Amino acid sequence: MSEAGESPTDNPKDEPSAVQSPPEDIGSNEEKKKIDVLLKAVGDTPIMKTKKWAVERGRTVQSLSLFISRFLKLEPSEQLFIYVNQSFAPSPDQEVGVLFECFGSDGKLVLHYCKSQAWG
Amino acid sequence: MADDKDVLRDVWFGRIPTCFTLHQDEVTEREAEPFYLLLPRVSYLTLVTDKVKKHFQKVMKPDDVEEMWFEYEGTALKWHYPIGLLYDLHASNTALPWSIFVHFKNFPLQDLLHCPSNSVIEAHFMSCIKEADALKHKGAVVNEMQKKDHKQLWMGLQNDKFDQFWAMNRKLMEYPIEERGFRYIPFRIYQPTSDRPFIQKLFRPVSPDGHVHTLGDLLKEMLPAAIPKDNEKKKYQVVIHGIEPMLETPIQWLSEHLSHPDNFLHISIIPAQCD
Repeated sequence: MSEAGESPTDNPKDEPSAVQSPPEDIGSNEEKKKIDVLLKAVGDTPIMKTKKWAVERGRTVQSLSLFISRFLKLEPSEQLFIYVNQSFAPSPDQEVGVLFECFGSDGKLVLHYCKSQAWG
Repeated sequence: MADDKDVLRDVWFGRIPTCFTLHQDEVTEREAEPFYLLLPRVSYLTLVTDKVKKHFQKVMKPDDVEEMWFEYEGTALKWHYPIGLLYDLHASNTALPWSIFVHFKNFPLQDLLHCPSNSVIEAHFMSCIKEADALKHKGAVVNEMQKKDHKQLWMGLQNDKFDQFWAMNRKLMEYPIEERGFRYIPFRIYQPTSDRPFIQKLFRPVSPDGHVHTLGDLLKEMLPAAIPKDNEKKKYQVVIHGIEPMLETPIQWLSEHLSHPDNFLHISIIPAQCD
């Protein structure tokens, strides 16, 4: 995990513990398969040193949320809420690629995360 | 919007006769009779099956009862999809009543989200409405509503009160006349065999040169295979609320009249029936 924290565009794909990405993911393919996600903490939720991540389009909100929880070393009992547009919490099985298509701006998707319900 | 109100009513009161049977793997103390129910198409499975749960729990030991979930022909049914969508996607063209297995064990975590209480359904439902409004009005309408207005939408659905729901929902269906529609149409396209959950992208109701987009235009862009080519036999059915709307139908009209209460137009693309 420490390695992942050093490189701003390292990706949390596959098992979050795996830090190196397969060679085919680098280069031109990367733009198609992966999107940039900017993770922002809300309230007293701990921030992540690395905020920008290259994430596979097919990755679900649930798996991203699990990754953040592990990264922040949250207790299993602690919940994590993820928000788009600072307004709605996408369903856990939603793909981040879909969210990027519909709600991304300036080439990235901004997601807010919070340990308690922040919006509605 | 004020016209075509009958369509809204017909969509809201759509029902699917369903037979719930306890799965054979479940342990019971005596035989479990099947349970019949008319399911509202626009509601959610876990919201309307309290009676099913009570019925089967009567013949089971408390120790054998975990979270209830539903299966149709090997497919675990996602409670967070509207019931009508689940039926259209998985059971169109089959004989009624819809035959669903009930499970109380071996919850399939891979396929289903937990649903410990109605407040989870409410949160999901409201999130969908907010997402839809983000597409339709940049979230302006839903954000202007008060907490009690949100509650009214939810209570309308929960208690099957058409007038209560639509008194509030009509605000979400408004748009400036000069724009001829929403900013973007909230839609999701599903296929029973796809490994992706659904297709959802930005799609405008009217093209930049003023052409009114139709259901056919949407599919041409999102899933061209769904539209039969010239002289070719129809391979797929495009189903919304159990019917096949004409591909020439304006997408804005469909969005206003055939969306589910979550404000999304849920479109099922299923293999066509062989004659």
